[in-house]
Amino acid sequence: MKPVYVNSAVCISAQDTLNEGFFQEMKPPTSTVLLNAIAPNYKDFIPPAQIRRMSKTVKMSAVAAHKAMQEAGIEMPDAIIVGTGMGCEEDSERFLSNVIRNEEEFLTPTHFIQSTHNTVAGQIALANSCHAYNFTYVNPGSSLEMSLLDAKLQLEHKEAKTVLVGATDEKATRTMELYRLNATIKKEEDLPVDFLNSASEGVVWGEGSAFFVLSSENSESTCAQLQDITFINTLEETEVSDFISEFLSGNNLHASDVDAVILGFSGDLRSDGYYRAAQPLFENALQLYFKHLSGEFNTASGFAFFMATQILKRQEVPEVMKINTDLKKDSIRNILIYNQLHGEDHSLVLLREA
Amino acid sequence: MGRKIAITGMGIISSIGRNVEENYASLVASTPGISDIEFLETRHRGELKVGEIKISNEDLISELGLPEDNNYARTTLLGIKAAQEAVQHAGIKDLNACRTGLISSTSVGGMDVTEKYFYDYEHQPGKQKYIAAHDAGHSSLVIAEVLGLKGLVSTISTACSSAANAIMMGAKLIQSGVLDRVIVGGTDGLSKFTLNGFKTLMIVTDSYNTPFDNDRKGLNLGEAAAFLVLESEEVVKKENKKILAYLSGYGNANDAHHQTASSDDGTGAYLAMEKALKVSGLHTQEIDYINAHGTATPNNDLSEGRAMIRIFGEENVPEFSSTKAFTGHTLAAAAAIEAVYSILAINNGVIFPNLNFKTPMQEFDLIPVTTVKYKEINHVLSNSFGFGGNCSTLIFSKS
Repeated sequence: MKPVYVNSAVCISAQDTLNEGFFQEMKPPTSTVLLNAIAPNYKDFIPPAQIRRMSKTVKMSAVAAHKAMQEAGIEMPDAIIVGTGMGCEEDSERFLSNVIRNEEEFLTPTHFIQSTHNTVAGQIALANSCHAYNFTYVNPGSSLEMSLLDAKLQLEHKEAKTVLVGATDEKATRTMELYRLNATIKKEEDLPVDFLNSASEGVVWGEGSAFFVLSSENSESTCAQLQDITFINTLEETEVSDFISEFLSGNNLHASDVDAVILGFSGDLRSDGYYRAAQPLFENALQLYFKHLSGEFNTASGFAFFMATQILKRQEVPEVMKINTDLKKDSIRNILIYNQLHGEDHSLVLLREA
Repeated sequence: MGRKIAITGMGIISSIGRNVEENYASLVASTPGISDIEFLETRHRGELKVGEIKISNEDLISELGLPEDNNYARTTLLGIKAAQEAVQHAGIKDLNACRTGLISSTSVGGMDVTEKYFYDYEHQPGKQKYIAAHDAGHSSLVIAEVLGLKGLVSTISTACSSAANAIMMGAKLIQSGVLDRVIVGGTDGLSKFTLNGFKTLMIVTDSYNTPFDNDRKGLNLGEAAAFLVLESEEVVKKENKKILAYLSGYGNANDAHHQTASSDDGTGAYLAMEKALKVSGLHTQEIDYINAHGTATPNNDLSEGRAMIRIFGEENVPEFSSTKAFTGHTLAAAAAIEAVYSILAINNGVIFPNLNFKTPMQEFDLIPVTTVKYKEINHVLSNSFGFGGNCSTLIFSKS
């Protein structure tokens, strides 16, 4: 099987992940149920006149994609693949609001035009005059994983040499209100959250943009290798163990060969049971969690993937991510990420050191 | 080139029929489905015509035998109908007997219910279940659940090329051995959001759409769902399946010109067609029929026409038609319903007419097929182009 190299990884999130020194400085926000991504200085990347018209998700992605290509030393990717759960929800809400409040009169097209889910991928193509393959996946919890799979297959079949893969989601005001209403998001009185043993329903909702350049050729900037991906729409808690073991054995590994596992504990009583069902397999691995840092959202696994690449590159783990704090490893050769959203779209991503 | 994938089942619901047979009957009878708006609650009733499926959500739910207490939006209901027909048509008894996936696509998602209750949810607790139905991907998860599918499920949303991309990705997953079988296609129901969106872009006609006509004024919006079942060679042999047709070519490219308008010379369209032909290994002369994107907007038909001329040569553009005068532009579902029509064209040896055509476009010498025409069809090329410069082409071949 041809190796797939991750030649760059850039992340905009609720942590200062654009900043070089972020690795051991991350702190979990504890007093809010909505996390804002730390915005870069957009003026450094985008003409001011354009910034005003761009939604958060388009802006974040423009910066993250640009930096990812720069870091990997490529001018033009052979394919652009983006995953998003909500797409351009801010623009969508604005247009919908106008449609409803104005009773379908006096409407302008701007927000409608910008509301299609593939606006991010389309804008990146436009900015780079890139005529290459351009896809957008939107399954609620597995859009990044499908994007990674698509990229991996193209690299393996020599349809592309470099692929820009990204995952992005923004919080939109009314949607957040509705998520609080239907208990997707926690109530403030349930804060602070014990993410590993939550007694309350709902999650802390975040946002962010993570972009990567995958390639069939390694380079100075290579930080990790993408070994394999799988995902499934639905799973019982009793099936988690087999789901993971079969995936690993398909890659000639036992659970005991995994050095580190990143689990998507979200603080939601209803669905965190899946991660607890996975933990017994990994008694000798570094067990890590991340959503206390990034928040939960459709493409939160982008943060996990980014952290996995950084951990493999530095051979170090941020203290704040550790679950089993006593365990030490001499080297981290591989990392498995297990994530799901609201009990659906279960995914496994396996990375190796470069 | 050996990359063709077998198609063993198909299902469709559109404004010209509730299943494959009904759609075919309308096509060969030249009976379009564009009409006045009856079900969608909009101030544009009586003003704009659409390709509306004349059945309410409630009646769809009861016809499909779904539990009354559900949170399924119209897009999802249409998708369930079409996906069930496809699975049945493919003679599948146990969906999970081999590695099976679903790749659906949509642009509307749950918007038809969201727009009803968006500001009212606080006062209507009984409707709050629809909050979770808003996301595009929700429809795919529900379709998979209703089918009883446990496997790789994904959703593509690239505007009007979505279903073509779902179909080509499904083919690639089988070719790479990730899946043995995949249900691919798309679904979009009508919504005020999209109707008003397209209207503000001034690309909607106030009459009946006239693809490739010099005096064309724009599109009619439509709603539909369609799915194909793709299966690997092994499964086809093992279960002795009848192959309806092959997906023999596919290509996706980006116009990179403008968020909504296509470039004058049709670069994205040209590149997509070029890629698809390369994958199929076919010569341009081997294409017997082009099912064009042909939305009847001033911009698309010019851009697409130019691209066809660039690929085939002005004198050698194959016979072509747009079926959007029948169904309207069904957005994410368009490429899926047009895939079904391409397969019907091959298996029945017929080119479906480009209705409402009167005056050739002055920019070039391209005249679509305007009456039902019977002839041997071996290879069909189908185009679908969407916002964000997303251009996709599929090629279907006789089995």
